[in-house]
Amino acid sequence: MNAMTRDWIEIGLLTDIPKEGARVVKTPAGCVALFRTGEDEVFALDDRCPHKGGPLSQGIVHGRFVTCPLHNWVFDLATGLAQGADEGAVATTPARVEGGRVYLARSVLARRAADD
Amino acid sequence: MRQKLVIIGNGMAPGRMLEHLFELAPDLYEITIFNAEPRVNYDRIMLSPVLSGEKTFEDIVIHGDGWYIRNGITLYKGHRITAIDRAARTVTSDQGATAAYDRLIIATGSVPFILPVPGADLKGVISYRDLDDVDAMLLAAQSRETAVVIGGGLLGLEAAAGLKARGMDVTVLHVMPSLMERQLDPAAGYLLQRSLEARGIKVMTRAKTQALLPDAQGKVRAVALQDGTEVPATLVVMAAGIRPNAALGRLAGLEVNRGIVVDAHMRSSDPSIYSLGECAEVGGQVYGLVAPLYEMARVLAGELAREVTGAEPAPFVHQDTPTKLKVTGIDLFSVGDFADGDDREEIVLRDASAGIYKRLILKDNRIIGSVLFGDTGDAAWFTDLKKKATDVTDLRDTLIFGQAYQGGAALDPTAAVAALADDAEICGCNGVCKGTIVSAITAKGLTTLEEVRAHTKASASCGSCTGLVEKVMQLTLGDRFQAQAVKPMCGCTTHSHDDVRRLIKAKQLKSIPAVMQELGWSSSGGCAKCRPALNYYLVADWPGEYEDDYQSRFINERVHANIQKDGTYSVVPRMWGGMTSAAELRAIADVVDKFAIPAVKVTGGQRIDMLGVKKEDLPAVWEDLGKAGFVSGHAYAKGLRTVKTCVGSDWCRFGTQDSTGLGIRLEKFLWGSWTPAKVKLAVSGCPRNCAEATCKDVGVICVDSGFEIHFAGAAGLDIKGTDVLGLVPSEDEAVETITALIQMYREQGHYLERIYKWAKRIGHDEVRRQIMDDRDRRRAYFDRFVQSQAFAQTDPWSERVSGKDKHEFRPMAVLGLEAAE
Repeated sequence: MNAMTRDWIEIGLLTDIPKEGARVVKTPAGCVALFRTGEDEVFALDDRCPHKGGPLSQGIVHGRFVTCPLHNWVFDLATGLAQGADEGAVATTPARVEGGRVYLARSVLARRAADD
Repeated sequence: MRQKLVIIGNGMAPGRMLEHLFELAPDLYEITIFNAEPRVNYDRIMLSPVLSGEKTFEDIVIHGDGWYIRNGITLYKGHRITAIDRAARTVTSDQGATAAYDRLIIATGSVPFILPVPGADLKGVISYRDLDDVDAMLLAAQSRETAVVIGGGLLGLEAAAGLKARGMDVTVLHVMPSLMERQLDPAAGYLLQRSLEARGIKVMTRAKTQALLPDAQGKVRAVALQDGTEVPATLVVMAAGIRPNAALGRLAGLEVNRGIVVDAHMRSSDPSIYSLGECAEVGGQVYGLVAPLYEMARVLAGELAREVTGAEPAPFVHQDTPTKLKVTGIDLFSVGDFADGDDREEIVLRDASAGIYKRLILKDNRIIGSVLFGDTGDAAWFTDLKKKATDVTDLRDTLIFGQAYQGGAALDPTAAVAALADDAEICGCNGVCKGTIVSAITAKGLTTLEEVRAHTKASASCGSCTGLVEKVMQLTLGDRFQAQAVKPMCGCTTHSHDDVRRLIKAKQLKSIPAVMQELGWSSSGGCAKCRPALNYYLVADWPGEYEDDYQSRFINERVHANIQKDGTYSVVPRMWGGMTSAAELRAIADVVDKFAIPAVKVTGGQRIDMLGVKKEDLPAVWEDLGKAGFVSGHAYAKGLRTVKTCVGSDWCRFGTQDSTGLGIRLEKFLWGSWTPAKVKLAVSGCPRNCAEATCKDVGVICVDSGFEIHFAGAAGLDIKGTDVLGLVPSEDEAVETITALIQMYREQGHYLERIYKWAKRIGHDEVRRQIMDDRDRRRAYFDRFVQSQAFAQTDPWSERVSGKDKHEFRPMAVLGLEAAE
């Protein structure tokens, strides 16, 4: 159902993701959260906080950051790194927007399948 | 190839050791940790605040899972090491995991001392050592019955205070004549006992436990003392001391005395095995407080990194460790030697009415010990004089009054800190001295307490030196620290909540970007603290004009359910005034069956909670509930939650008014409105107060002559009875008064500030003046509430069922394996 190229998988329209919000993409090896910032940038991170497994897609998006809904850890959407005094990181996947459509790197499948 | 370092135990000492090691020699070792507890490293000294409810477990985690992953550490959780093969250099766990080591560290801590009395193994008898013990105590505390704590030392008293805070009836049994006799002299022990008793904790000294007595089910029912007294108990906490857990050392044939014997560099009798923490014995001493354990961590890290640093670390040296009791509201401090003796002199100050006792013990004109109770402000100064063995001859006359009275210095509270030398210790737990804090503030440009904690660790463990650290900041930063005295609402702005609310009105700011722009926000899109606050202020101040910003709401308010620890949700429909019917209960039962909802619970607010609902099921669950007439209970909202009622004059022979009817009327009138924090109401039909109205945000007690309106109660983190707002003769006036009060709070409260805190901030009399004495103002508040309700009273569940925000509940895409080819 999704258009595909060698390196990228089309996921849907940019407008499917609320501004300063997130949507979930289910993959065979777990959920990936697609975030859209106020500036219409899109980032993809594993939907799982390294602290207690909280679903990051449910957090508040502010600037280029998201705050986990369970215990308020803050992650940089671009690098996946925890901010402030918290230590940890979330895996990121390359994502891009072209012509109003959102694409995820095909590596999301290869890497995640290999992980499990 | 990297050397293999295996650590048995994952407590605070090895955790701190690894932090030092990673600084000195980050790549020297491949590290494996075996932890008998099934969790990450946490701050064990903070278990007492977890028990009392002042903190949660998440707050006291030192190293989260991410830390182990980032540092490439293999952590076996829930693995207890059962064998050490010193010839083959391997360790084996009870789960069958084996690991080879080049160097091994034993850090197995201590075990609680269990009194060898009959019944010590009964159900309901626990020790106080780790999080499992705290969980067991919290579970027992739910019964609100009677607890006995055996042991009047530091740990026992903290346990007692925590259980009392959780609502239990608590008795402390202590075998010695006075409490904490190892750290306090009898006078301070007496004052401590008195202040514990003032908090409702019973204390029995010279109480020698003979046996624990069982009930018919084999659960403990009482503690029998040697003098024949029986003290009833449904929970017994053994806090009679700890013993080094040196069993593995003994098993492996290492030299073991009280603990595993190590030299001043933490080396055991086997050159490849080290030990640190409570299980280690250095120079004939074993240790239980955190400061010396952290000192061992520093020494051992230096030892392990030697081949990289080329330097021998300074050896471990014994130091007296000050004692502080972490019971909120009791100030107690002691350090050093305070026994009487011919060669000693003492200086004592007592102020009985203020509950202050200070005693300094001198030998050869030098302080060798001090005990402070009630006023511990000079603890750091006295400790410093003691540590440096300063000759106090010239200070003697005024020494006991403290540093502020020396040399004619002004009575400025920061003067004492200003006068401290750079190497004076501020944070005892982490061994941070004043100079370290000052230079970190200057070098790194730190301006907040959180930053100072993150960079220096000062006040980051037990937190009791927070006030001192703030004074150091004040001295170093001068006016810049004063500027912080107005607490900004978050890191994105210098404005306080009050300023922001005032400016939103004054400058007619009607959107979040407008606020951020006009008030000079330092971040581009705010943060998770300010965004929900601003959204609320705008919703409350511009009803009908401001459009709610969905993305600035916490997830619970976005999906109208409460997120749980596993990412599922809980759903609570409204049951007006706590009334329900067969049809409603049947509908709930059907929903629970249909969606296989794993847990159903009756809440404290007289309604029913369905827990463990999957997010994608939420709209369908609401649809079914909606068909039965249910609407959202807003159990997730900073808004009206419940109105608890008793059955009132309809059924009760004591009821004076229709409390159920008034409760339902209030709930139907007020629901849907957003407030700074949650709002809970209750209406009781008579002063017997079965609906417990006097601990609610707003409560009503019905009396023959009308309705007594109460406000500003609390029964959560804090416990506080309500104050009376006033008596009104009719139900209509009760509704108007309560509504006006809530509107006043909506307009003035800080986001997340409950009514009792708001009322305390602005003054209870001011609330009475505006609501009870000023009829016009009351009416104006009421009218503004009614106007705002026109835009607020829509059931969010039925909106979602009809398709609003449906993206929230569906994945954007599902990538199957075929996508991977």
